[in-house]
Amino acid sequence: MGADFVQLSLTPILIGVLAAVACAIPGNFLILRRQALIGDAISHVVLPGIVLAFLVTGSLGTWPVLAGAAGAAVVAALMIEAIKRLGRIEPGAAMGVTFTSLFALGVLILEQSDTSTVHLDVEHALYGNLESLIWLDATGWESLIDPTALTLMPPELIRMAAVTLLVGALAAVFWRPLKISTFDEGFATAVGIPTRGLGFALVIVSALAAVAAFDAVGSIIVIAMFVCPPAAARMMTDSLERQVGWSIVFAALSAFLGYVIAGYGLTWFGIRAAVSGAGMIATVSGVILALACLFGPHRSRIGAPSAS
Amino acid sequence: MHPILEALLLSAGYNSALVAIGAGLLGAAAGAVGTFLFLRKRSLVSDAISHATLPGIGLAFILMVALGGDGRNLLGLMAGSAVTAWLGLTLVEWASRRTRLAEDAAIGAVLSVFFGFGIVLLTVIQGMSAGKQAGLQGYLLGSTAGMLLQDAVVIAVGGLLAAAVVVLLRRPMTLVSFDPEFAAAAGYDVRRIDLAMLGLVMAVTVVGLKLVGLVLIVALLIIPPVTARFWTNRSDVAVLLSAAFGAVSGYVGSSISASAPDLPTGPIIVLSCFALFAVSLLFAPDRGVVASLVRHRRFQLKVHRRQGLLALAHGEPIYDRLTLSVLKRGGYLRPDGVPTDLGRDQAAHAYWDERRWEVARRIHQAEALAGRYDGLTPMEAVFTADEIAAIDRQLGPVSPAGRT
Repeated sequence: MGADFVQLSLTPILIGVLAAVACAIPGNFLILRRQALIGDAISHVVLPGIVLAFLVTGSLGTWPVLAGAAGAAVVAALMIEAIKRLGRIEPGAAMGVTFTSLFALGVLILEQSDTSTVHLDVEHALYGNLESLIWLDATGWESLIDPTALTLMPPELIRMAAVTLLVGALAAVFWRPLKISTFDEGFATAVGIPTRGLGFALVIVSALAAVAAFDAVGSIIVIAMFVCPPAAARMMTDSLERQVGWSIVFAALSAFLGYVIAGYGLTWFGIRAAVSGAGMIATVSGVILALACLFGPHRSRIGAPSAS
Repeated sequence: MHPILEALLLSAGYNSALVAIGAGLLGAAAGAVGTFLFLRKRSLVSDAISHATLPGIGLAFILMVALGGDGRNLLGLMAGSAVTAWLGLTLVEWASRRTRLAEDAAIGAVLSVFFGFGIVLLTVIQGMSAGKQAGLQGYLLGSTAGMLLQDAVVIAVGGLLAAAVVVLLRRPMTLVSFDPEFAAAAGYDVRRIDLAMLGLVMAVTVVGLKLVGLVLIVALLIIPPVTARFWTNRSDVAVLLSAAFGAVSGYVGSSISASAPDLPTGPIIVLSCFALFAVSLLFAPDRGVVASLVRHRRFQLKVHRRQGLLALAHGEPIYDRLTLSVLKRGGYLRPDGVPTDLGRDQAAHAYWDERRWEVARRIHQAEALAGRYDGLTPMEAVFTADEIAAIDRQLGPVSPAGRT
């Protein structure tokens, strides 16, 4: 755990943890509202947005990427709404139509255009490249208090930290209305909470978290972190406050353990192979969820048929 | 001849012709199976199944290489992907039955975790045999480049088999999709039929992996049924239409993709599906956007005509532009805004109809007939002549507006 660790592993781990937490917080509300697959849809549709943004601006900077992804998310939301209303189609199928076609469009444009100058391909979009987000200018733990080295940290870290803070702050500020409208929409409307606006805002915040995380770590982590840590947390408690707490712990744990196992785990078995960090983080979150499903104190559904 | 036309006419080489036919068969099977899934409102389960195939592909590859064979054997990879897809499906079922997770959360969890683990395996394979796994990346987004003749045969036969099973199981599957309680009461084993349905979804997915890729194969299971839904309200017709849409998309998509190098197969097939969907969304006769716009416009004109005539009968001034133009075009008003004879006549008629309805609603308060009042339906369309006569007796002497 010396200079190498700070240089090569500290920033990817931090970025992974922040991305996981940023997705897990809105994920708690999404799974309670039966909208768990929104994360799946968002992470598919941002691809065409990012590709188009790149083609228009010629760069993969923060703002073009964010604008493109946000634009694509809005287009997708409108498309889903339009298909649902105009065709009277159930939401799941409307979502399926939208995200597969937009993703296919993204892949097609990507294959047709010359993106060889930048790091943009389908594989990158799917599983990111956490391992490349290293802090080359660090010389050891002391770099953490060295201002010049700190300014040369990967920009993704600052971005991800800002988004995570924003997501956390929004959840704290809107906690009461969010909680009430998630559990009892009718009551929430009756006491004057704008439930529709709040629901839309939740999707927007999820999209923001997804886009920021997608840029850094790829879409697998995004989908896994929206669902697995909150789902595991739901097996642990009946209180929403504690559930969000558990989900943050599970998300951070998945990111940390996943990255460490991917980076060092196989060498313990004597295999010298680099393994995808993003994939391993998703796998660890799945193992945590499986354990929670099997042993969590609140795993069973209230009123569910006992055995059938 | 243009390369796309050449491919469409099956004259771009034996292999690509076989692939196009295979893709058509696969599309037909996927469209048909997907319809039942769609009617059962479980379309997105297919997303979990398709993503869960990836670790199976990786494990099968590792196993085949470890046994000294060629890791890229399509049948072996298909068998492996079927095993993990089945595992993923079982986990979704188990989690949504036995734990408090809703089905959508279970789907999200399974698809992301299995896919993540699959990616881990792909990177392991990359490490253990550099270069050899290049073929495996093709399973993510589908590719026909370098497809062997035997692969094309496997896809064609697989698509045909899946389509045949759909034909055999169509009745129980229709029953379960519409009314599972009735199906259970009629002696069908609903759980088993559901599993058979999902097994078919899995078969289609596994067969389509090489061609469309596991990220996009769900599109073939979701988009054609939704497209078919725009054209019909009958389930048997929907299944046939959906199969036809799937077949056309698969065939045309793979032909277009074969005609040029930079056109990846999976996305092109999906976009062909979407093109059919978009056309249906806009132009389908009953549920399409154009049809509902026309219907809405007609309704609007009817309301304006009626309200305009009533205003004429009451001698009230009309300011609304649309109402004025509707009345003028109908010949009820002269261009200077004075009612014509026809206009007066129709206005009196509308007024009289309104008065009759008032009475009718008083008499038939509790009856559904009176509920038919919407300010548009003429009295004669709802009540019989002697009922109307009774109403008229209640109205008493002829009203000042006169009756027609």
